[in-house]
Amino acid sequence: MNAPEPTLTPNRMTYREASKQALREALLSDPRVFLMGEDIGRYGGCYAVTKGLLEEFGEERIRDTPLSESAFVGAGVGTAMAGMRPIVEIMTVNFSLLALDQILNNAVTIPHMSGGQFAIPLVIRMATGGGRRVAAQHSRSLEGWYAHIPGLRVLTPATVEDARFMLKGALADPNPVIIFEHVMLYNMEGDFPSDMKEVDIARAKVRRAGRDVSLITYGGSLFKALQAADALSSEGIDAEVIDLRTLRPLDTKTIIDSVARTRRCIIIDEGWRSGSISAEVGMRIAEEAFFELDAPLRRVCSREAPIPYAAHLEDACLPQAATIVAVARELIRPS
Amino acid sequence: MTKKVHLDHAHLLHLLKAMIRIRHFEAKCVELYQAQKILGFLHLYDGEEAVSVGVMEALTPEDAIIATYREHGQALARGVDPKCLMAEMMGKLNGCCRGRGGSMHFFDRKRRFYGGNAIVGGGLPLALGVALADKMQRRSAVTACFFGEGAVDEGEFHETLNLAKLWRLPILFVCENNLYSMGMAVERAEADIDFVHKASGYRVAGEKVDGMDVVAVESAARNAIDRIRRENDPYFLECRTYRFRAHSMFDAQLYRSKEEVEAWRKKGPILRFQTWLEANRLIKPEEIAAMEKEIDVEIAEAVAYAEAGGLEPISELERFVTMDEVPA
Ligand SMILES: Cc1ncc(C[n+]2csc(CCOP(=O)(O)OP(=O)(O)O)c2C)c(N)n1
Ligand SMILES: [Mg+2]
Repeated sequence: MNAPEPTLTPNRMTYREASKQALREALLSDPRVFLMGEDIGRYGGCYAVTKGLLEEFGEERIRDTPLSESAFVGAGVGTAMAGMRPIVEIMTVNFSLLALDQILNNAVTIPHMSGGQFAIPLVIRMATGGGRRVAAQHSRSLEGWYAHIPGLRVLTPATVEDARFMLKGALADPNPVIIFEHVMLYNMEGDFPSDMKEVDIARAKVRRAGRDVSLITYGGSLFKALQAADALSSEGIDAEVIDLRTLRPLDTKTIIDSVARTRRCIIIDEGWRSGSISAEVGMRIAEEAFFELDAPLRRVCSREAPIPYAAHLEDACLPQAATIVAVARELIRPS
Repeated sequence: MTKKVHLDHAHLLHLLKAMIRIRHFEAKCVELYQAQKILGFLHLYDGEEAVSVGVMEALTPEDAIIATYREHGQALARGVDPKCLMAEMMGKLNGCCRGRGGSMHFFDRKRRFYGGNAIVGGGLPLALGVALADKMQRRSAVTACFFGEGAVDEGEFHETLNLAKLWRLPILFVCENNLYSMGMAVERAEADIDFVHKASGYRVAGEKVDGMDVVAVESAARNAIDRIRRENDPYFLECRTYRFRAHSMFDAQLYRSKEEVEAWRKKGPILRFQTWLEANRLIKPEEIAAMEKEIDVEIAEAVAYAEAGGLEPISELERFVTMDEVPA
């Protein structure tokens, strides 16, 4: 990982820098906030998001942990139950499987099972997704799995603006929140209005308005969908792009409103197709907007295999703009 | 420097009463289970009462507890209201968790009782967090973390001991070693059954104590807590004990002999303490009778409270899946 790029202007920066500024802001504004995770301190974070925070905030609030995902995520749950506002970093979603017990059996269960005696205001950040040629065990997209779990909020910032401001919303939520940062986005630059202070974490967003087809996606696939929309517009197809932003709870209304306008829909999801968040979105459309549709629902998902190392195979595995374009064409102008 | 337990008459009676309360409470639970008023799993603490009673004596109200799923005794010894516990056993709205947790999941925020946990080992990382939160907020509380020796098989135990020592967290690890995890005898599960030695592998100091001797447990726990506060360091207590009854209500006990159970019963914590008190004329038979009567009244009241309790309306089923705020 390279050093994070400097802030270009106060409101133009990389996704990595935006994520870091969000953390700084949280640490500065609430003494109960602290960070915990593997290599977040001296190393600067495996994706360099936390670089410099140790020097600024000290070892008590920027805690390097040993390789004990279950223990330090569980410690996050315990500190949240006892008055702190922990932000726990798990290097990547792949390693979060070692902490799944603490996330599911404790963090999201205790508030309900204790009859509302305890809230767990815990934020967990983790990198997700493929595209870096690091093979199956480092490339999974399991955010759809997490979105299965009642009691969790699942955020997938796909823009610099969301990387900068979603954390604030997450910390304001008295419930456990997981923030998935797609690995291919850290170097992406973007900007946001200079007077912006927060974003709504409850709503999906129309990132590009269009009339002919809704491309519904999130996270690392957003920019592929936007690229596809550009390509389609040169063919006279006007695609709308919806960024789900929050996979749980899903903003069904924005989805349905879009589909009701365009009457066609493709869901793009880096997760595997079977039992995925794309299946959930599709089913909600089927339940609530079946008669609005002029064409069958379609999906572009990852191929159902562990993601291989070889570049051509990995590219074939993941959703790509070209695939989205092809599916959209077929949907709108069936041959 | 060992701290002597204050063995005045009132304290001795208090210890005995606390153990008998647990025993009678659970005996009533068995009846209610047979009457199908308590459902699901029922894991009895019969035989292990001295462990919770002794350890809780050493704690202050500011201290915190992480419990196991065999936690009736832990909750009662902590002073959680038997009424709310009995109502919880019966799945009632006036139970400590509105009937959502049942036998294995008692929580009591006011008493810093951070829950029974039915995932073996799952509570250990929580202890790290509660202790860390106390430390970061400059509170001098200690977290007592209970677990069965079966939890030592789990990775979470090892991760937790390492971090507790590394971060010098004020945690009293209370290993309830009753020699079995379900039907798995400890020597069939662990390559090294010296748990104090295992803890020392993480440089966590500890000792073994006779978990059938309530005074020994209290004294060891008091010393341990003093040491934790003084040295800012975790401590490990292995309490040797035995479960007299089946693991749960579905257990044919094929893995141990009747003779073994009988031999342990003779060393039972209540029997032993009461016999000692009587032999030394520290308690009169009529005092014991009066005490048992008081306890039985208390338990009858708990049952009445539970019976009278309503059911949580189904319309509230999803309440607290997400919280609207962090309770103050
Ligand atoms: C992670 C996990 N694995 C398996 C079980 C099933 N189980 C319930 S209790 C138990 C034995 C636990 O033994 P121990 O920790 O010694 O506690 P004890 O029952 O002796 O009090 C097992 C295996 C479980 N609840 N959790
Ligand atoms: Mg055991």
